[in-house]
Parts: sequence; C-alpha cells; structure tokens
Amino acid sequence: MRITLDFWSVLSEWPLLVKGVAWTLALTLIATVIGVGFGIACAWVRSQNTRAPGWLQWVVGTYVELIRNTPFIVQLFFIFFGLPAAGVKLTPEVASIIAMVINLGAYSTEIIRAGIDATPKGQIEAAVSLALNRMQTFTRVVLPPALKKVWPSLVSQIIIVMLGSAVCGQISTQELSYAANLIQSRNFRAFEAFIIATLVYLSLSVGMRRLLNWLGPRFFFGR
Amino acid sequence: MVEFSVWDILRNLLGAAQWTVYLSLIAFIGGGIVGLLLLILRLSKARGADTFVGGYVQLFQGTPLLMQLFLAYFGIALFGINTSAWVAASVALTLYTSAFLTEIWRGCVAAIPKGQWEASSSLALSFGEQLRHIVLPQAIKIAIPPTVGFLVQVIKGTALASVIGFIELTKAGTMISNATFKPFVVYSCVALMYFVLCFPVSLYAKSLERKMNAVRR
Amino acid sequence: MQSAVNPIKPSIVEINGLRKSFGSNEVLKGIDLHVQPGEVIAIIGKSGSGKSTLLRCINGLEVFQAGTLSVDNKPLLHDNAQAMRALRQRVGMIFQGFNLFPHLTVGKNVMLAPKLVKQQAAEAGIAQARKLLTRVGLAEKFDAWPDQLSGGQQQRVAIARALAMEPAVLLCDEITSALDPELVGEVLRVVESLAEEGMTLLMVTHEMSFARKVSDRVIFMHQGRVHEMGPPNELFGNPQTPELKQFLSSLHD
Repeated sequence: MRITLDFWSVLSEWPLLVKGVAWTLALTLIATVIGVGFGIACAWVRSQNTRAPGWLQWVVGTYVELIRNTPFIVQLFFIFFGLPAAGVKLTPEVASIIAMVINLGAYSTEIIRAGIDATPKGQIEAAVSLALNRMQTFTRVVLPPALKKVWPSLVSQIIIVMLGSAVCGQISTQELSYAANLIQSRNFRAFEAFIIATLVYLSLSVGMRRLLNWLGPRFFFGR
Repeated sequence: MVEFSVWDILRNLLGAAQWTVYLSLIAFIGGGIVGLLLLILRLSKARGADTFVGGYVQLFQGTPLLMQLFLAYFGIALFGINTSAWVAASVALTLYTSAFLTEIWRGCVAAIPKGQWEASSSLALSFGEQLRHIVLPQAIKIAIPPTVGFLVQVIKGTALASVIGFIELTKAGTMISNATFKPFVVYSCVALMYFVLCFPVSLYAKSLERKMNAVRR
Repeated sequence: MQSAVNPIKPSIVEINGLRKSFGSNEVLKGIDLHVQPGEVIAIIGKSGSGKSTLLRCINGLEVFQAGTLSVDNKPLLHDNAQAMRALRQRVGMIFQGFNLFPHLTVGKNVMLAPKLVKQQAAEAGIAQARKLLTRVGLAEKFDAWPDQLSGGQQQRVAIARALAMEPAVLLCDEITSALDPELVGEVLRVVESLAEEGMTLLMVTHEMSFARKVSDRVIFMHQGRVHEMGPPNELFGNPQTPELKQFLSSLHD
C-alpha cells in the first residue's frame, strides 16, 4: 500500500490560502481590540478594588461564566443561526466577529481582573494622595502594571481565539480553514490541505506571540 | 407542520449528550495516560525527549483543535482504514488532551523545589524512586485543580467533533434545529446543557484551588 | 522656635475631638490639634498608638467617625469626591514604602499628577520635574526607572513627586523606616531643607535626633491620645509623664 501525498495541488491554490490567512488575521485583530477593551471594562466591574454596583457585577459575572462554560462553536451557531429567529440577521463575518469578541471578552475579564486585584494597595494610596480621580488612577496607575503582569496569559488567550476562528469557516466565513476546505473539495487532497493549513496556523501562533510580546512593553505598559 | 415542544427538543438532546460525556471521558482518561507517559519520558532526561515532548506540546497547543480533528479523520483514512467519526474524534481529542495535561503537569513538577530532588538523591534513591515517593506525590496535589479545570476544556472540545460528523450534543443540536426551524430555542438548550455539564466542574476546580492556596498559606 | 496658638494666623490644619475606630477597636480617642502654617510637627510614640492613622485621616485615606477636621478652613467631606481631590492638592503625602509607579520613569512619576489634575502642559511639566529633581539631588535620574534606584533615591523621588503638586502641607509617614541606615541621611536632609523653606510638615518618625533638631513641636501619642505635646527641647529633655519617660528610655537600648 502506497500513500501518495500531493502537496503541490494544494500549494498551487496559494491565493485562496493567502485570502484565508488575511481573513483570519483580520477577524483576530478586530476581535482582540474590541474584546480586550471590553474585557478591561468588565474586569473593572468585577474587581474588588472598584466599587461597581452589585447588579452590574452580577450581570458581568453571569456573562463570564456562561461563555467560559459553553463551547465557542455553540456560541457561534447561536449568534449566526439562533439570533435570526429572534429578528437579528447577521452576515457570517459579523457573526464571527461578535462571537469572537464575546468569547475573548469573557476570558480576558478574568485574566485582567487577576492583574488588577494584585495591585499593591500603596500604589492606589499614592495616586489618591496625588489627587488623581478614580478613572485616572485606574487607567494610569493600576492598569499598566496589571497588564504587564498578565500579559503572557492574555497573549495565550488571544492566540487561542485566533486558533478558534477556524470554526468560523463552518458558517462560511472565508478564513483559513474555509479556504483549506474549499481547496480539498476541489482536488480531494484533504489531508494535504489540512496539513498545510495546520502548519500555517502554527506559524501564525508563533508569529503572533512574538509580535504581541514586542507590542506590549512598547505601547501598553512601559518596559 | 409538526409542532415541537421544548421538552421534545430537550429529550432528543439528552440522548446525544451522553455521547458528549463518553467522548469527554475517553479523551480525558486516555489523554491522561498518554500525558503521564510523556511526562515521565520528559523527566527521564533521555536524549531528545525534552525536544520531542516540547515539540509535541507546541504542535497541539499552537494549532486549532478543528484542524487536528480533520487531520485525524482524513489521515487515518489515508491508511485505507475505514474510520468512523467516533474513532477519529477519540484519537484527536486524546492526543490534544495529552499535550495540554503533560504541560500542566510539567509545570506542577517544576514547582517542586529543587531541594526535594537533592535531598532524595542524597538518600541514594533512584530516579524512579524519587519520582514515585517524593516528587510525584507532592506534584499530584498541586496538579489536581488545574487538571480538573482542564476537564471543562475537554468537554467543550467535544463539540468540535460534530464537524466531522460525530453525533454528540452539538451535532444533534444542528440536526434538530434544521428539523424544527427553531434554532434560537435549540441552540439555547444546547448551550444550557453544556453549561450544566461544565459549570459544576469549573466550580469544583475553583474550590480545589482555593483549598490548595489556603493550605499553603 | 516657640509656637503658641496665634489668633491672627488661622490654623492650616485644625483637628477637634477626632475619633477613629477600626471595627470595634478605637484607635484615635479624641485628638485635638491645631497646626500653624509653616509649622514642623513631629509625631512620636509606640507602634499602635495611632500616629499613622492620624496622619492618614488628614488627607482622607482613613475615614473618621467623630470630631472635625479642616484643612485651610475647609472641612473634610469624605463623600464629596471633588472636595477630596481639592484637599489632596493642598495636602501631599510621602509613604514608608515610597509607592513610586513602577511602569513610569522617574521624570514621568513626577509629572503625572500635575498633568492629569492641573492639566499642566508637557513642557512646563518637564521643566518643573527637572527643577524638583535637582532640588532633591537627583537631576541626572530623570529618565531612570524606579527599580534602578536605591531606597533613599526612590524616597527622594517620592518627595519630588509630592512637591510637584505644590501642596501647602506635607505628611510624612515614617518615610525613613524602610531605608537602610546609610540612606536615611540623604532623605532627612531634603526634609530639613523643606522645613527651612517654610513648608508645613507633619512627620511620624522614629528619628528622634532629627525630630529634635528640625521640629517646632513634638507630639507624643499613646493609646490613641495626644499624651504630651510641646517644643522638642522640653519634650525630650523634660518628659512629664511616665509613659513618655518609658518610651524615650526604650529608644536608647
């Protein structure tokens, strides 16, 4: 029995793959910016340092636990298939972004909250003594060191969401896994197509980790 | 037009949910066994073991689970073996779980102070004896909360097996949703059932972690 | 320098009957204190006597349950965020643990509050920061990071940072207690120069010789009350109560 592998018939479709990668990166970028921003806001609500109203803490807490205890694919299907029945019709791309934002938002809430709660009390006292208001204390004194502390976990979570975006191909979002599926449906080289897609994903995760580890100190938290 | 009640939907979903549970258990237990072997291999400091296991972990942690499932499904087929979605999903999820568990456990062993290794080797214990009597017992205690926590990830991971045709909770949800034209209700029920499976495990893992931190204080 | 309550000059800090409890534990049992502008007051006493708590009440880090406290004739309104911020622009604090912001350079540490609270322009901020850092003897450390500095240097940066807000009163909460002995002097020298320039200072301190040298008035606190109060020479040279005598003798061990 001989197995012949034909990678070339997959690689020759490289424009499709490139388009898929572009979509994957675009989805991830938008989801990261909005999702982490949302996560910071929710972390602020849930943190024990700030005194957000109790009902709001409960709402955010429920949101976080719901998302963290259900699979991403189910969240995605609910948004794309379920919401239209309730009157909200979405394109695959928009549904994917919303699902990724909601998903990343919930996980980053917990991650960032851990960082915020670890703020030494003296830092807040110093900021308060310098007459900074609550928002200034949070954004300028508490958040940057907190982000620095949890950066590795946050980066890992962003990469998890990027890898999770592969599922969005199931609702016809034209990201990388969709491209691979399309290619193999044409030339029946399923194994080769998915191997190549997998290796591309692997490079994307390594690359993204390096990029985010470079970006963080530069833009978000000093050194 | 046949009217389906929520109870009809739930009943059908429950039937499929048991396959979610079976697959989760197979992946978790199988992955645990493979992960343990990989851990021991790595700790044995055999030549290339660290690189191999490290690469293995990188591979499974740096690629989508969906791709791993596809590769298992089509890869096994390449060998001419007529494979069912069940087998492919079991293999893929077992390997996926083993990679994550071995990495979690490696961290727990690394958390054991070097002094424990030194003290036990000074008492002339062999590597195996050090592991068995000194290091692993302590590491296991630290490892329990994150390991229980990862079970939640495994349960959620089984949902992807639906994509290669395995009929578990998510796949049943898709099918029922197509049959009843009630995607909102159906997927809400699916989400709820996953939540009922996962949330208690999450809570348990959190309480274990709290107990662990309390003890260490 | 003698200080008597001067009816013409109003007190800059006026405390009457202040009481503060942590839960069921009453830590301040009725404090009366009137501080004149430019006065340097040293607060001494055993740990647990309420010294730091009193200081922290003055800038609102601790909330008191009874009595009155006004700074610049304005009473402390704990619920009014704006009033509290106005208070903290008048009253600065230096902490035992320095509390420099680790993610900002020394210069940025000093510049942050004026920029955010007083909308100070960047150029003015840099100029002021450089001036203040020169004043505390750290001009060359403008671009350094806090973790690159010794404890004494960090504390001096903390002083510059507090001074950037141009406060009328400076609260010093055991600012040399966390320093290695050889680094204490550089910080005390800065404080001394502040006192000479007429800054109103309230210092909780264990540095008795420094207190004796620099302060106008010394307050000995014991079990939540002002036990003895007076000019340093009188207090240190001629302690009236057995508690103060015991406290002073315990220091010479």
